[in-house]
Amino acid sequence: MSHLLEVRNLTVDFHTAQGTVHAVRDVSWHLDRGECLAILGESGSGKSVSASAIMNLIDCPPGEIVTGEILFEGADLLKKSGEERRQLNGKRIAMIFQDPLSHLNPVYTVGFQIEEIMTAHGWPADKARARCLELLERVGIPDFANKVDAYPHQFSGGQRQRLMIAMALALKPDILIADEPTTALDVTVQAQILALLEELQRETGMGLLLITHDLGVVAEVADRVVVMNSGQIVETGSAAEVYRAPAHPYTKKLIGAVPGGGDMAQPLDTGIAPILEINGLSKHYGAFAALDNASLTVLPGETVAIVGESGSGKSTLAKCLLRLEEASMGEALWQGRDLVTMPARDLFEMRRDIQMVFQDPTQSLNPRMSVYQIISEAWAIHPDILPKPQWKERVRDLLEQVGLSADHMFRYPHQFSGGQRQRIAIARALALEPKLIVCDEAVSALDVSIQAQVIELLTRLQDELGLSYLFIAHDLPLVRDFAHRVVVMQGGRIVEQGPVAQIFDAPRMNYTRNLMAASLHPDPEVQAERRAARDAIKEAS
Amino acid sequence: MAVSENSGTIPETPPAWLSILKMLWRDKFALCAAVFLTVIVLCAIFGPMFLEDQAMRNNLRGRNAPPFDFSKDWKFWLGGDALGRPLLARIIVAAQNTMMVAAGAVLFSMAIGTGLGLIAGYTSKLGSQIIMRLADVIMSFPSLLLAVIVLYMLSPSVTNLIIVLAITRIPVYLRTTRAEVLEIRERMFVQAAQVMGASTWRIVFRHILPVVFPTLVTIATLDFAFVMLAESSLSFLGIGIQPPEITWGLMVAQGRPYLTNAWWLSFMPGLAIILTTLSLNLLSNWMRTALDPVQRWRLEIARKKK
Amino acid sequence: MKSFLGQRAIASAISLVALIVLVFFLSRLTGDPTTLYLPVDASLESREQFRKLHGLNDPLIVQFGRYVGDLIRLDFGESIRRSEPALDAVLRAFVWTLQLAVITMALVTAAAIVLGSLAAFKVGGLFDRIATFFSLIGASAPDFWIAIVAIVIFSVNLGWVPTSGTGSVWHWILPISVLFIRPFGLILQIVRGSMITALSSAYVKTARAKGVRNRPIIFVHALRNAMLPVITVIGDQAAALLNGAVVVETVFGFPGVGKLMIDSILQRDFTVVLAAIFVTAVAIFLMNILIDILYAVLDPRIRY
Repeated sequence: MSHLLEVRNLTVDFHTAQGTVHAVRDVSWHLDRGECLAILGESGSGKSVSASAIMNLIDCPPGEIVTGEILFEGADLLKKSGEERRQLNGKRIAMIFQDPLSHLNPVYTVGFQIEEIMTAHGWPADKARARCLELLERVGIPDFANKVDAYPHQFSGGQRQRLMIAMALALKPDILIADEPTTALDVTVQAQILALLEELQRETGMGLLLITHDLGVVAEVADRVVVMNSGQIVETGSAAEVYRAPAHPYTKKLIGAVPGGGDMAQPLDTGIAPILEINGLSKHYGAFAALDNASLTVLPGETVAIVGESGSGKSTLAKCLLRLEEASMGEALWQGRDLVTMPARDLFEMRRDIQMVFQDPTQSLNPRMSVYQIISEAWAIHPDILPKPQWKERVRDLLEQVGLSADHMFRYPHQFSGGQRQRIAIARALALEPKLIVCDEAVSALDVSIQAQVIELLTRLQDELGLSYLFIAHDLPLVRDFAHRVVVMQGGRIVEQGPVAQIFDAPRMNYTRNLMAASLHPDPEVQAERRAARDAIKEAS
Repeated sequence: MAVSENSGTIPETPPAWLSILKMLWRDKFALCAAVFLTVIVLCAIFGPMFLEDQAMRNNLRGRNAPPFDFSKDWKFWLGGDALGRPLLARIIVAAQNTMMVAAGAVLFSMAIGTGLGLIAGYTSKLGSQIIMRLADVIMSFPSLLLAVIVLYMLSPSVTNLIIVLAITRIPVYLRTTRAEVLEIRERMFVQAAQVMGASTWRIVFRHILPVVFPTLVTIATLDFAFVMLAESSLSFLGIGIQPPEITWGLMVAQGRPYLTNAWWLSFMPGLAIILTTLSLNLLSNWMRTALDPVQRWRLEIARKKK
Repeated sequence: MKSFLGQRAIASAISLVALIVLVFFLSRLTGDPTTLYLPVDASLESREQFRKLHGLNDPLIVQFGRYVGDLIRLDFGESIRRSEPALDAVLRAFVWTLQLAVITMALVTAAAIVLGSLAAFKVGGLFDRIATFFSLIGASAPDFWIAIVAIVIFSVNLGWVPTSGTGSVWHWILPISVLFIRPFGLILQIVRGSMITALSSAYVKTARAKGVRNRPIIFVHALRNAMLPVITVIGDQAAALLNGAVVVETVFGFPGVGKLMIDSILQRDFTVVLAAIFVTAVAIFLMNILIDILYAVLDPRIRY
C-alpha cells in the first residue's frame, strides 16, 4: 500500500563558501493520513531540509537536490512542473513556521493573508472571506470579526501562530508541516498551540509532520519519530519506543542530555550572610511597572534561578542590578553597599565582582575582536588586576578552564560553534575574578546536548571558585537540576520563591502549578500523566 | 549551518587582505574598476609634475587635431584642443584638481559627519536633536543649489569648493553613523563591555567604530562619484573651478562651442568622468557585498557553478 | 498623524529660517552687498545711493529685521534686470520646472520599480546583469555631458528634435530623457537591492508555501515592503532633480527655475536668486512631508 507522503533516498547539497555541504544524505521516511510524525534533530542536523524540498522552498542555487524522490499519493513531486507544485502548495500540503511574526507579511491585514491562500487556489473573494472568519473563530482569536482587519504586529506571539494555523488549514490540506511551531513561545502558550494542532488533526484526519528539536514536544504529540544527526537519519520508531529503548548512541546521548531527571540540590545553610540582598527593587516606564517591588537574596556559592515567561520582568531585574538600566525604586545591597545609588567611581570597582553571561553568544562577542582581545579587554579596563606581560598566560589558563585550548586564542568568534562561543563568554566573565555571575538565559539558544555541557562547566566553576549565580531562565527542567533556590516571576512581580525541591514538588501558587503542568517531559508516558493533570486544572478553574 | 560542537578545530582562515584580493579577483568588473582607479590616482598625483608644461603649451599646428592619429606624439592620441594643446595630457593634468576636490570634500565630510554621528548617537537627547535638525536643514536642500548660492557669494576657489561640497555631504555620514550607533549600542557585546566597566570612549572607539567603518567606506566610495559629478557640473556651469586651472568638467564646457566640428574636445573629458564614476560605483557595489558577511557567499562561490 | 504633520511643519519652518539667516549673513558679511545687488560696473555714486535707499548703512540687526519683514510679506524686491517683482519671474519659471520634474519622476519611478523588481527576481540572471550594467552606467553619467552629446547626435546630426526652447512636445523629449537617466540608474539599484532582501524574507517563503503565484509574490508581497527604503531615495532624487534641472535647463535653454537662477547669477541679479532659493526650498519641504505621509500609508506599523 502506498503512503500519503513518502520521501525516498533524498540527498540535498548546498554549495557554500566552505565547499559543498551535504544538508541531508539518503533520507527516507513516510507519513500516513491521521498520523503525526516528528523529525527530531539539533541545529544543523538537516531536519527542516526535507520539508523545504517537499514545499519547493529550496533555492537552487545554492541548493541542489542530488538524488531521491518525494512521492505524494504515489506521484513524484520532483518530476512535476513549478505550476503543478504551486497548485499543491497550500491546497493539499500546507506549512507553518517558527517565528510567525517574520513569516507574516507586516504590511497586509491578517484577513487578506488568510483569504489569499484561498483566492490563490481559485476561490471567489466573498466565499474566502466567510471561510476566513470561520477559521479565525475556530483557532480561537478573540473579537475575530474586528481583528480580521488588523495587522500582524497587533497580535501576541501565540495568536500569530494561531493565525498561521488558520491560514494553513483554510483549504483542509491532507498534510500539515509544522516547522518548530512552538519554539520561542512561552510554555503555557506552547501547550495551547500543541493542543490546538492535535485537535485540528483529529477533526480533519490530516497527516501532521512536526519538525522539532524538543523531545518534550515529541512526547506530547508525535506517534512516530525520526531522529536526525548531521544530515542522516539515525533512528526511526514509535515515540514511546525510541524514548524507552534508544538504539543509536546519538539518540541515547540526546535523551541523556535532557535536563530535569537529576537530583535536586539541597538548600545552603541560611546562617551565612548573603552576598547580595535586593529589597523592593522596581522599574517603571511611565505608568507601566516592568519590575514591581522585587526582593530576594543570594548567598555566597549559591545558585538562585529566576524563572518566568516573557514579560515577567526577569531580565529587567538583571539589567537594573548591573546598572544597564536605572531602577526607579528600591535597593540592591552588595556586601552591604547599595548598587542602585552607588556613584560611578565605586561602581567601576564593583563591576569586577559582578559579571554577566548573555543569552546569545553570537551577539555578545564583538565579531571584530579575537578571543585574546575579548578576554584581555577586562584587564585593559581594570589594569590593576594583571600586568600586561602576564595576559597571554592568563588567557590560556582561562581558556583551558572553560574547556577550550590555547591555540584558540587568536581566532575570531565566527570560527567557533555556539557552545564554544558561550565558553568564551564565560571565560571573559571569569577574567575579572567575579564573585557573582548573572546568567541571562545563558544556555537557551544552545542545543540540549551543548546545554548540558555548559551547565556542567558552570557547576564545576562554582565548586572550584565558590561563585554565586543568578540564573535567569524560562526552562524549568534545566532550573530543577541546577539551582539551589528558585524565584518565580509573573508580570513584574515575584509570585513565589523557595528551595528548589519545594517549588518543584509542592508549588503553592496557581501560576507556578500552571507553569509546571505546561512544561513538557521527554517521556511520552510522563507526558500523558501531565496532560491529564493539566486538563484537571483547566476543568477546576 | 553551525559547525557542530565536537568537530573540534576549525581550519585557519587566511589573512584578511589576501581573502579580499581573492574576492576582488573573482569579480572581474570590480577588478577592472580598481585597476582603472589606481591609474587615475597615479595620474592625479604624478601627472602635473611631468606634463603640466606640455598641457599648457599652445601649438597652432595641432589645433582641434582629431583623435586616434597614432602617427603623432602619444599625448595627441586623443586629439588636440582649440589652442592645439594635447587633450590626453590635459586630461591627465586635470585629474589632479578633479580628484583633489572630490577627495578633499569626501574626507572632510566623512570625518566631520562620522564624528557628529557618533556624538549624536551616544549622547543626551538634546545634543542629538540639535545635530539632527542641523542635518535636516542641509539635507532638505539640493546640494548643487546650495553650492551655487554659496559660490555666488564667496569666490569660486578650490578650497571654497571643497568646503561647500563637504558641508553638503556631511548629513549622509552623520545619519548613517547615528543610525548604526543606535543599533550597535544595543547589541550585547556593547552591554558586555559596559558590564566590565568600559568607558564611553572605549566603547565608541573599540567596539562601535570598527563595526560602522566598512559601511562608511562603502558610502564614501559612492559619494566620491557623487561629489565628482557635482564639481564637474559646477565647473561646467562656470561657477566652479576657474581657468587657467582645469578640471574635467571645465574641459567639457570649454569644448562646447566646437561641438559640431571637434566633438572630441567635450567627449573625451566627459568619458573620463563617466569611466571614473562608473568604476567607483562598481567598486562600491562590490564592497557592499564583500564587507557584508551575510552577502559574502555570493562572491565567494561566484562562478563555480557556471 | 495630525500632530506629526504639525511637528514636521515646524521642523521645516525652522529649516527655512536657518536657510534665510544663512543667506542673509553670507550676503552681508562676505563683502560689499552692493556688489551682490548692483551690476559689476555700477558707479560709486550709484552704489552710495543704493546703500542709502535700502538702508545698507544701518546697523546689521536693523537690516536683518527689515529683510525678514520683507520676506514675510513675500517681497523679495524688484529684479534689476527684468522690470518686474523677482517672485513673479521665479514663479513663472517654477511652473515649467515643476512640469519637467513631475513628468520625469513619474517615468523614472514606474520604470525603475518594474525593471528593478524583475532584475531582483532572478539575481545573476541575464536580465539582472543587463539591468544592473545599464543602471550603473546611468547612475555614473554626468548629465551635462549626456545633454551636449545628445544635442550633437539627435538635434545636429539626425535633426530629429529641436535643440532648445519649449514650443512643442518634441522640445520636451531631450530634456526629459537626459534628466531621466541618473535618477533611473540610482533608483533601479535601490529597488533591486531592496527587492532582493524582501524576496528572501520569511513572509515570501510563507507565500510560496501557500501556493501564491510568482507575480503576486513579487508585486504584492515583496514590493510593498521593498518600497519603504525606496521611497526615501525617490524623495532624495526628486529633490536632486532640481540639481540636474539647473544643468539640463541651461543646456537646452528651457525656461525653468534652474536656468533663471544661473542666468541671474551670471547677470548678478541677487533678488531673483534669493526668490528662487526660497521657492525651491518651500517646494522641497512640502515634498518631504508628502514622503512621510506616503511612508505611513505603505507601512501600517508606522503611526506618528
